Amino acid sequence: MPKYNLTVNKKKYQIEAEADMPLLWAIRDLVGLKGTKYGCGMAMCGACTIHIDGNATRSCSMPLSALKGKEKITTIEGVGSPATLHAVQEAWIAEQVPQCGYCQSGQIMSAVALLAETPNPTDEDIDAYMSGNICRCGTYDRIRKAIKSAASSQTKVGMNK
Amino acid sequence: MSVVNNRRDFLKISGLASAGLILGIPGLNAAQTIVKLDGVAAALELNPFVMISPSGQITLVNSRPDMGQGSYQAVPSIIAEELEVSLDKINIIPSDGNAQFGSQQSGGSSTVRGFWENLRKAGATAKEMLIQAAANKWKVSPADCYAEDGKVYNKNTRASFTYGELVTDASKLEVPTEPKLKEVSEFKILGKYAKRLDVPAKVTGEAVFGIDIVVPNMLYAVTIHAPSVQGKLVSFNDVKAKAVKGVKHVLTTDHSYPGGKTKAVAVVADNYWAALKASKLLEIVWDNSQITGSINSDQYFADMEAASKKPGVRAEETGDFDAMFAASENTLEGLYETPFLSHAAIEPVNATAHVKADGSVEVWAPIQGPDGALEETAAQLGIDKSKVKINPTLLGGSFGRKAFMNFMAEAIDLSKQVQAPVKVIWPREEDMAQGPFRPAMMSKMRGIIGRGNSLAAFSHQAIGESIQGQHWNGIQAFRADDWIAGELSMENHKYGFGVHHLSYSRVKTAIPILWWRSVYASNFAWGQECFIDEMAHKAGKDPLKARKELLRNSPRDIKVLDKLESMLASYPPLPTGHARGIAMFRSFSSMSASAVEVAKVDGEIKIVKVTSIIDCGLFVNPDMVKAQTEGNIVMGLTAAIKGGITFNDGKCDQTNFNTYEVMRLQEMPIVDIHIMENQEKPGGVGEPGLPPIAPALGNAIFNLTGVRLRRLPIDLTDVG
Repeated sequence: MPKYNLTVNKKKYQIEAEADMPLLWAIRDLVGLKGTKYGCGMAMCGACTIHIDGNATRSCSMPLSALKGKEKITTIEGVGSPATLHAVQEAWIAEQVPQCGYCQSGQIMSAVALLAETPNPTDEDIDAYMSGNICRCGTYDRIRKAIKSAASSQTKVGMNK
Repeated sequence: MSVVNNRRDFLKISGLASAGLILGIPGLNAAQTIVKLDGVAAALELNPFVMISPSGQITLVNSRPDMGQGSYQAVPSIIAEELEVSLDKINIIPSDGNAQFGSQQSGGSSTVRGFWENLRKAGATAKEMLIQAAANKWKVSPADCYAEDGKVYNKNTRASFTYGELVTDASKLEVPTEPKLKEVSEFKILGKYAKRLDVPAKVTGEAVFGIDIVVPNMLYAVTIHAPSVQGKLVSFNDVKAKAVKGVKHVLTTDHSYPGGKTKAVAVVADNYWAALKASKLLEIVWDNSQITGSINSDQYFADMEAASKKPGVRAEETGDFDAMFAASENTLEGLYETPFLSHAAIEPVNATAHVKADGSVEVWAPIQGPDGALEETAAQLGIDKSKVKINPTLLGGSFGRKAFMNFMAEAIDLSKQVQAPVKVIWPREEDMAQGPFRPAMMSKMRGIIGRGNSLAAFSHQAIGESIQGQHWNGIQAFRADDWIAGELSMENHKYGFGVHHLSYSRVKTAIPILWWRSVYASNFAWGQECFIDEMAHKAGKDPLKARKELLRNSPRDIKVLDKLESMLASYPPLPTGHARGIAMFRSFSSMSASAVEVAKVDGEIKIVKVTSIIDCGLFVNPDMVKAQTEGNIVMGLTAAIKGGITFNDGKCDQTNFNTYEVMRLQEMPIVDIHIMENQEKPGGVGEPGLPPIAPALGNAIFNLTGVRLRRLPIDLTDVG
């Protein structure tokens, strides 16, 4: 079986897996990070969203063979640290976004990527960027509010620098 | 349930305390995000729900699995209120299905309303025992002591003991049978805003759902089922599947569907991807020839329509509706229709089981009821319940689906066969296409407008398959389904019609059905509430005022409508090209009323704003009530405007979120939610907000376009 070098959350892993194994299952079952979720397996729900070199990617539809080995992969476990949560995670807690919580890793990863690209998103930006992430519990209203509050807190931090 | 029992042998170390892996949410004073506890420190059990260790660690049991509805916090909150401990200083662990916790089924919006009294007693009992233990130490009367924030204080000396210092003595005392409960005005936790303890772990990826369970040496399985659901397995070719690296076994497993059993084919591998990939290479022959009843949704709808032309089985009759209808000139009727729906929780059904060499079994699964799981597992393996250990996990959504545990039975069967721990995860395609589904139903509505334009007489004929009937063959032909009869009774809707008729026509189908968030209320509120609107318009009355007239003997419901009216009046005037509709429905002992505002934009209907009110009596956490009501708006709108489940040629047409769409963020309207505050008995919260959403939308579309829609789902791009 082919071997792959992955850099996940700044840590290096060597895994052995079939070339067509989607990154999702490599992260969950071989690397052992369970925060990234399986929902649909066809990039329709967004539960598996991670960052590859900062870009939001649906890991369920990205085979290992598509990776070159130099990519920096970030999952929900690496987006902040337990001591210092990311501003988006803080906003998610402040707005009490999650209900069941299952889709929220993917929602947060999409929101972090959105704010990295567009620090002050409009309603239309949020709608467009977040439309790939389904929440069956229906937390959309709170997601919108949390993204806006994270955006304004990030802007404040930026101004303080 | 008997929370309080007079045991004489009180020095009992809790059975839960010795468990190896406990999934719990520790208090915020511990590491905030760890959700695996290696057993709770040896604790003394003051009653099944309250464990306190001599070192002072307090552990409360949540007996109702959390699928997002907030029971993880609600149950301990009710106990903690009376126990006088703050939530940030406790550990929360789930119950394991054993009988001392009473019914442990999350469902029917029953947790808070069903356990309010008993859980408070569990907390109050433990508190009284701790106070008595302190009083004994100080040689004073318990009346000279009080409990606050995990300590008992001596009123006269201000001396105090922590609960940990008292628990050994307290556990030897008689259990009080009638503990004194607090007055509502004394509540510190109940009814107050609180941040949920499970949220931090849900934003860091550390929350453990069923799908995340890891057991050493575990294998992964995919199970493939008959597309017709009930089909019999004839043969399968596994040559290609077995050639996939990592595949260990291809075998059959017993599989149950509502009302029956068949076989499924399982691929077991050392990683999930191998099992998934191999499962697609299976060549399986199924036989549908033994199936009775239609596995074609069009046929089922045709059967329901035919049934609507014949009288149903009478459930309730006040006056002689049929005679009055025949004799009246001012009558109206309409046939309303709702489709099959998938629960489509984002976490597909899954379970992990380990049937061990000594015949015992351990199960980890996202299930709605550990007590049912315990019973079913013991029965499946023919073993004593003492040999079964159920570990309920967080559920990644459920909406009713994970209360039907056929996926768990597969994991157990496969673990037994391959003699290793096995985790079964249904691929999304199996999760969606196998159901069981929210049943499709019809409502034949008839009404009579009386003298003075009164809404005089009302008839509802509920038509479709019965959940109880399909699952347990529990419906006799001459009786109406009592779940439906109760939901649509005058006693429930409280509309004071002088003449009222309710009947039920069972139409069978082989398409599997199940309770789905708010159960039949999600179907029949559509017919009931749109038709009330039809009658009001026909009588030339404002639909809200017409409802108030009908509810003249139900002041509590009138208050809900008054509040809705005042909220709507407080908004800016509706812009031109906008319209609003309202609906209300009582389910699970709570009333919810909604108003939906729609507009026509570029020829399409846009849902602009949803206003919802819930009257659920006393509640635990207003923010959780609000969150559930928001969720019900989204799920109610999805049910109204997105495609349903259909079956053709003996199989489900929808298999994933590309063919079964659910509402997405960009479609989310503005929401405004109000919770009625009163001291009525607690009602349900997780479901009652859903039923009024679709009819409020239908009524709004009528007000906007003049088109009366009677069939769901609504295509917003193609109305009037």
